[in-house]
Amino acid sequence: MSRWRVALLVARKDLAIEWRSRVVLDQVLPFAGVTMVLFAFALDSDAVLERVAPGLVWLAVLFSLLVLVQRAFAVEAADGALDALRVAGVDPMSIYWGKGLSLALQLLVLEALLLAAAVVLYGAEVPAEGVVLLVTTSITATPGLAAVGTLYGGLAAGFTGRETLLPLLVLPAVAPVLIGATRAVESALGTAGAATSDGWPWVGLLTVFAVAFGVGGSLAFGPLIDE
Amino acid sequence: MDAAPDPEHEHPARPVVELTDAVALLGPYPALAGATIRVDPGEIVLLRGPNGAGKTTLLRVCAGLVPLSRGEGRVLGHDLRTERAAVRPRVGLLGHSNGLYGDLTVRENVRFWGALVGATGDEIDAALERMAVGGRLAEVPARKLSAGQRRRTALACLVARRAQLWLLDEPHAGLDAAGRDQLDDTLRAAVAAGATIVVASHELERAGSLATRTVDVVAGQVRSVA
Repeated sequence: MSRWRVALLVARKDLAIEWRSRVVLDQVLPFAGVTMVLFAFALDSDAVLERVAPGLVWLAVLFSLLVLVQRAFAVEAADGALDALRVAGVDPMSIYWGKGLSLALQLLVLEALLLAAAVVLYGAEVPAEGVVLLVTTSITATPGLAAVGTLYGGLAAGFTGRETLLPLLVLPAVAPVLIGATRAVESALGTAGAATSDGWPWVGLLTVFAVAFGVGGSLAFGPLIDE
Repeated sequence: MDAAPDPEHEHPARPVVELTDAVALLGPYPALAGATIRVDPGEIVLLRGPNGAGKTTLLRVCAGLVPLSRGEGRVLGHDLRTERAAVRPRVGLLGHSNGLYGDLTVRENVRFWGALVGATGDEIDAALERMAVGGRLAEVPARKLSAGQRRRTALACLVARRAQLWLLDEPHAGLDAAGRDQLDDTLRAAVAAGATIVVASHELERAGSLATRTVDVVAGQVRSVA
């Protein structure tokens, strides 16, 4: 069976588990929503909120990513399923792609909802010319986040104290995504007079990041979960 | 023109497991220290021995998870030195955990493992029935199952993914008397359907009545055969 077919099976299985357990709907989404509301209370100024809305959205995405990754590997560890996949000779690259794909799809939904929340809570406005940049930013940033999350989620899964180890590994690694995606969304929203065209180089950075971590993660995931 | 001989059916009586003076290291220590064992098709072999004797390592060597440092080994016709990756998909190793996803139903779990090797819907149904987890039980989430039902579901996953050699580490652990009886029945049914089983167990009376042969593992060596 081809790598992609196995990856799709793994992704479908992960999404079925999520659909059944409703962790994204019942826990991650409220968590992200509460985070954004707290940011609003903490900053307490419409002008400041509108200025920092893109960064706050991506910070909320990063925090939610940690919860999603913990969950994605907790279901594998609960009854030794990841070990069983390894023992059964399932290609680690397929597991990596499958879990990454599932994570990316969940993140995309979350980002769309958080951007909508930013419009409501922070008064952010999306000009028509910024929509394409906004969508492209989300599409290029998400695979990078999923690639990093899956790679380090697999690594941390084998350690005691994985809950505290994961943020230490993931947050520094995704800093380029936070910066790039924030700048690109600022350009898409026209925050502080930024032009839409200013955002495209950041989209380039996000693409390079996603490709680099996608390729690196594909190669490293097997050895990392093997020990 | 004759078809090329199928290596898997060329010698029907060829051993499923054949280790000769096998040495396997866990760190610097030899967990297997010159083990020699042969398991023929259709056997249920019980490995008995004290904790740390090397039973689990022997199972993991046979599963292609632990490499041989010295000696020779073949499993299902594949050389354990050069073809370990080819061994893994054909071997089912069941340890203390079952490898199930609690939020998926029994059927979804078995279907997932079967789909990895392209099993059909009929094969999935057959696996469920063979391990007595079909019918209404198949639609129950795995997290709601009893220990025995989880064990049988895990075995159904092995059937669905067409594992030919089953390596079971303390399979009776955590099961009540009825669950153990049911497990034994399902293992005999699996052998009748073509599987070969190696069991490591401390429950000698129970596993001994199930086994067709008993092997002692002591200090990383296979000492005696009863």
